[in-house]
This record gives sequence, structure tokens and C-alpha cells, in this order.
Amino acid sequence: MSDQTPRAEPLLELRGISKSFFGVQVLREVDLDLHSGEVHAVVGENGAGKSTLMKIVAGAYRPGEGETSIDGEAVAFHSVREAQQRGIGIIFQEFTLLPERTVAQNIFLGREPSQGLRVDRRAMENKTRELLSSLGVEGLSPRAVVGTLSVAQQQIVEIAKALSLDPRILVMDEPTAALSPHEVDSLFDRVRILQQRGIGVLYISHRLKEVFSIADRITVLKDGRRVDTVASSDVTTGDLVRMMVGRELDHYFPDRAAPGAMGDVKLRVTNGGAGMLHEVNLEVRAGEIVGLAGLQGSGRTELARSLFGAVPFERGTVEVDGSLTKVRSPRDAMSLHMGFLTEDRKSEGLVLPHSVRNNALLALRALRPSRRRAVNSAGPVSVADLSKRVDVRAASLEQEVRYLSGGNQQKVVLAKWLATRPDVLIFDEPTRGIDVGAKAGIHELMRELANRGVAVLMISSELPEVIGMSDRIVVMRGGTVAGELPAGSSEQDILLLAATDAEQEAS
Amino acid sequence: MAQRTVPQPLNLRERYSSFVSASSGGPITAVLLVAFFGAWALVAATGGDFMTIDNIRSMLIRSVALGIVAIGQTLVILAGSLDLSVAYLVSVTAVLSSVIMDGDPSRIAVGVVVVLAVGALVGLVNGLVITKLRVNAFIATLGMALILKGLLTASFDNFSGAVPEEYQVLGYGRIGPFPWAVLLLAALGGVVWYMLNRTRYGHHLFAVGGDFDTARLSGVRADWVIIRAHIFCSLTAVMTGLFIVSRLRAGAPWVGPDGAYDLQSIAAVVLGGTALAGGRGGVGGTIAGVFLLAILDNIFNQLGVNTFLKDVLRGVVLIAAIAIYAVQRKRAGR
Repeated sequence: MSDQTPRAEPLLELRGISKSFFGVQVLREVDLDLHSGEVHAVVGENGAGKSTLMKIVAGAYRPGEGETSIDGEAVAFHSVREAQQRGIGIIFQEFTLLPERTVAQNIFLGREPSQGLRVDRRAMENKTRELLSSLGVEGLSPRAVVGTLSVAQQQIVEIAKALSLDPRILVMDEPTAALSPHEVDSLFDRVRILQQRGIGVLYISHRLKEVFSIADRITVLKDGRRVDTVASSDVTTGDLVRMMVGRELDHYFPDRAAPGAMGDVKLRVTNGGAGMLHEVNLEVRAGEIVGLAGLQGSGRTELARSLFGAVPFERGTVEVDGSLTKVRSPRDAMSLHMGFLTEDRKSEGLVLPHSVRNNALLALRALRPSRRRAVNSAGPVSVADLSKRVDVRAASLEQEVRYLSGGNQQKVVLAKWLATRPDVLIFDEPTRGIDVGAKAGIHELMRELANRGVAVLMISSELPEVIGMSDRIVVMRGGTVAGELPAGSSEQDILLLAATDAEQEAS
Repeated sequence: MAQRTVPQPLNLRERYSSFVSASSGGPITAVLLVAFFGAWALVAATGGDFMTIDNIRSMLIRSVALGIVAIGQTLVILAGSLDLSVAYLVSVTAVLSSVIMDGDPSRIAVGVVVVLAVGALVGLVNGLVITKLRVNAFIATLGMALILKGLLTASFDNFSGAVPEEYQVLGYGRIGPFPWAVLLLAALGGVVWYMLNRTRYGHHLFAVGGDFDTARLSGVRADWVIIRAHIFCSLTAVMTGLFIVSRLRAGAPWVGPDGAYDLQSIAAVVLGGTALAGGRGGVGGTIAGVFLLAILDNIFNQLGVNTFLKDVLRGVVLIAAIAIYAVQRKRAGR
């Protein structure tokens, strides 16, 4: 597709877009154009200005300077609604669906077909069915309540919602963040349908591999400036990374543990079961990083939550350091020297309006007195040292964590657990939504912890991460362990194990 | 792209779930029935009258004052807001209308129009302060309550004015066996139910209460949805005031706070299954909540329960109801 991209009149043209918030320049003179039937990816580290640029396109922000034109005609949007009327649809990074309302009510929110005052429910539901079937989706009822749907189904509703406006331009901000690889494929099939209809797609993602498989052209942003726009067939991942960070990352992943370096089994589950989990057998050794792979809904996060006592095991046994024990609550787990970095750091990992210091001390302050004494007896805990160790970049330790980037927030969560001197650390999607530079930093920290004898269990949807980091790969499927693979297994091996009989999800 | 229309028949489960979500307050209706028959048995066993036309009619009439304003409160709570100024607005309405009418039938219309205008203004100010000045609804409407209270007590300290006899039809008149006021409540409930479940405004109200930013980013004029809910809520407080003054024949500054319409209306709304956080619930549940409170009152009165103990029991019922909702939702996993 890339050979047909530059044509006479771009569908959307941005010229010299600048924007600043409270004196901080977020975008500087960014140019971008988008043609009909093109997928144009925008990549860049967190804080590079991608989301701000997209919000300007969508009318949620007004640019400080610069011009936007559609079909060569200058436009200036004062609201999302105005942008919608000019044919711009947007799918925001965070889902914007109402869990209590039905699929049809969500899709037509704000534009309900009506006769006089009355909403024409039948028309609304029929149009919803048409939209869904035009996306190749069957079996999703317009009357289904959105909160009961899977993440992948919700994403489909989100896309249908954007399409209900019949847009000519569709902006997708990190659409695959919550999807498993197999769901990503079906999303891309849908994007290609849109492309064939002549819709121009602006596609933002952190996942470079995906960008290559879907985009015709790629624009790289760095520190609010456009570095370059290239045809995706002309560049490699290495080129893109170099443009994004201004240097080549020579090591994507730190070295694995030496074969003899692992210690005793720290954590062992035998025939564990709770909720959807059944017959789970798993062990993690001191000094080892175990990667936990599996599709969305395979029970990875559920396993982590049960290990940490958030949803305690109902069946089976748990051994910590070789002795049988029960983990009935996160508090129990912490007493057993465990830590858990949750998938959703904003709502479960951090108190956003509190300072770096208070967040870093949150878990330590909650420890049982006996355990806290034990931690302190190994020397006083210094937040300054901790944050230096995890390399948090904050204005000061008193800065509220909500102002930090995703990567720095994750480092604060890590500092919070390191303060309790854990022996077992569970990471759920440790680098989701984090830029390349911070990602490498977190990977190095994880390996360093393992080298010091911490047992690490890492859940990840990003297969390169699982492969690059793990000393051993455990694959889950349908609520139990489907199998185990050695370090360095291929993506195919993992997918074969993970997806053998899991085709029913997300179509 | 050829677009196909495949009309799919709805299965029973979907029909049922759509009915329940549309009518709202499934469980409260069951509780109400149980309470009703339980009360009947209890009162009958102790030698009182429960199932008489007079007693039922009196319960219904007692429900009207709270019911009307609770319908308005439902709207603001669904929108994710709250109104604590309704009690004093009830007083302002009662006093102002009775002073304006002053026993003269030809001034009924003027009185009603003036208080409705005052109500609309109060609602508009509440709504604007909450949405445009971004003052928390609790504080904004508490402030409005204090302002109304101050203005009122500075000017009046007892029953003032009088409503003409013709006007008292609202409080005492009947069509056949049905009191006017009860029919009015039923009509208002019906109109609001339709508005919530069948009109665009209703869809937008649920959306704004469910997630303000989502609604705004979907092109809903979210601020105005909230402002309109506040105007509507204040108008229902005015209607309650107009009803009360027709029963009392003259307005006094304490009629609103004495009825505790602010907290009682919120209690009825949450008792009816509407989430205090907004976005979930409906008017059917609220009316059931109002009736439930009325039945409790009736039992307490007939059994001669001590006034203070009554409040204790009301409190227990309220907390128990909300706890049951919370547990149910947790079980349903949502």
C-alpha cells in the first residue's frame, strides 16, 4: 500500500501545530498529513506529545498555533462535536464506554436517533446491528450491557461507536493496549476493512511490531517535535527506536540468570483453584524470573491475585520457603515477604494525589509491626536511596505522582515494594504503556532483583518481553497451566500452547 | 460496502433484563410488597386498621409531599449531583405563595407562576454553580439552603398569608376515590419515567451520571444536562411546597425543614436502588422507596412507637437496604 501514499490532496493536513500547557511546550510545529485509505502511525516515547496531538485532531484541545485543514479547507474545532461533524472519529486510549448502559445506548450516545422527543430504540438497535455486521462481528447483541462484555468485545463497541458517525478520519490511540495477540489480529482485520472503505486511520501505538504490520507510513515524535515521516517499508524497528530515543538501545533485555545461580523454591502452588482457576501447579525459585504468558482471559491476572491473597485460593496448597501456609489477604502475603505490582497502576498501585515519598512508603507503613521491625533491623529505609535505585525522575520526592509519566509511576510502585524488602515479587504487565527508555530501565531492575535472590513472577501480554526476560516460561490457558517452556522459546511455541483451544474468545 | 440488516429476535432473558433495567428497582418493589403485607398482618394482629380505604388514602397523601420532591432528587442524583436546598425551597414556596395569594382566588395563578419562577431560578443557580464554577454539589446546594433559610427567617417568623379555599382542592379534592394529589404524583412519576427511559435527555442524563467525561467526549452537552436536572429538581420542590400549603392553608418557614425533605428525599432515592454516585437507577424505585418510608411511618404510628425510636428504626432500614444492594452487586460481579 505504501507506494500509493502521497497523492494530490491529503484528507487531513496539520501544519505547524504547537501547544503548551502551563508554560510547558508539549508540541512544537508538528506537521502531519493523512490520505484516504491510509493507515498513518504516530510513534514516540511517553510524553512525546502523541496523545496531545490526537486530542487536537479530535477537537478535545485547541492548538496554540498552527493550522488544520480537511480536504484543503482550513478548519478550527471548538469541541469534539464539531470535529465529529467534520468526519473525525476518535477511539481514546482509555475506554469511554458506560458499563451500565447497553451496546446500542453507548454507540449512539449523544446522537440517539429520535422521533420528536422519543428515542427510536428500534432504529438505534437496527443500526447497531448493521454497524457490527459491517465490522464482521456476529453474536453481539445491541441490548447487551457493556459492563458484562469482555475487553475485546468492548473494544469492538468502541470502534463501532466511532464508526457510527461515518467518519472519514479515524484516530486510534493505543487500541491494542489491553488485547491479547490473537485479538490484535482480529482488530487489524477490522482496521483493514476501514482502510478499504477509504477511511484514513491515524494509529498511535507503543508497540512497534504492530505499527509495522498495520501502518503505511510512520511519523516519529520526540519531545513534541516531529523527527521524520517515513514509509514503513523503508525502515526497521532499530531505525524507529533510534529516532524515538535519539540513540540505539544496544541491549533490549538484560542477560538471563546463569544456570547454577538459582536458589531454592520460594513459592510453590499445588493444585491451586479459586474462581476460574483450577489445578494450578507452579513454582518460582529464588533468583529466577518466571514469565507467565497466555491470552486475555486465560487466568494470568487471576493467578497473581490469588497468589497475593486478593482472591485467596479455595483449593490446593501454597508453600512459601518450603513450609505450607495460607494466604488469605494481601496483608498475609506481605507478611510472607511478597509484593505485587498490579496491572492497573493508577487505580491499584498508587494514590495519585499523594507524593512520591508517601507512595513509596505506603506498603512499608502498612506492614505488621513485627515484620516492620524485621525490615528496619536490616538498616533504615531511605526513600531517597530507593528512588535513586529505581531511577524515578521526579521534580522532588514531594511531587504528586499523578504528574509523573507512566514509566516513572511504575518505578514508584516498584520502590513501594522494594521498601518492604520482598523475597517474592509478582509483576503484572510491568511495562504496559511505558516508553522504550523506561521499559529497559524496569527490565534491568527486575533482573537485578532476581540476581540478588528475589523470586520474580512476571505476567505479560507482550511476547518479546516474556521471551526476552524469562528464565522459564509458564503458559496459561482456560484457568490452568497449559505447559512450560524453556528460556528463549519462540513466539510460535508460546502461542501454540496458549491458543490451542481458545478460539472462542473475541470474534 | 453492502450493509446487511439482520433482525434478530430477542430471547426472553434479554427482554426481561431490558424490562428490569428500564423500570429500575426490581428488588425494592418486592421489598415493598413484603413490607405492605407484613405491615397489614402486624397492624391487624395488634388490633389496628391497616387495610382500610381511609388508612391507605392517608398513607398515599402523606407520600405525595415527599414523593414529588424525591422524583426531582432522583434526577439530580442520577446525573451524579445532589440537592440539599430542596427543604428550604419548599418553605420559600409555601410562604411566598400563600402571601401572594392572600386568600384571593384571582391571585392563584400569579402565586403559582411566581414560585415556579423562583424555583427555576434556584435550580439554575445551583446548576451553574456546580457545573461552571465547579463547586461540589454538596457544598453548592448546602450554601443555597443557607441562603434561602436566611432570607426566609429574616422576613417571616410564623404562618403568613393564606391560600384561597378554591386552591385547597389540590390538597383535599378527589376524583372518585382518588385524591387529586395522588393522581398528580402518579402523572409526574409517569412523565419522568418516560423522560428517563425514552427520550434523548434521559439517555444523556444516565450517561453524564455514569461518566461525565465520556458523555462530554461523545458530544453530549454534559453541563446543561446537569443544569436542567437541577432546574427540574427545584421545580419539584416548588410543587411539593404548593401541595403542602394547600393542605396547611397558609405557609410557614419551618414546613420544609420539619419534613426533612432534603435528607428524606435522598433516603428515598437510594432506598429505591439509585446509585448515589449517579448513572444507575430510576424513578420507579424512588416511588417505591417513598411508599416504603410511608408504610414504616404508618406502622410506627399505629403501634405507638416512640418518636426517637422511629428514627432509629428508619436509620436501620436505610442502612440495611443499601448494604443489601452493595452485596447483591458484588455477587453479580459488577
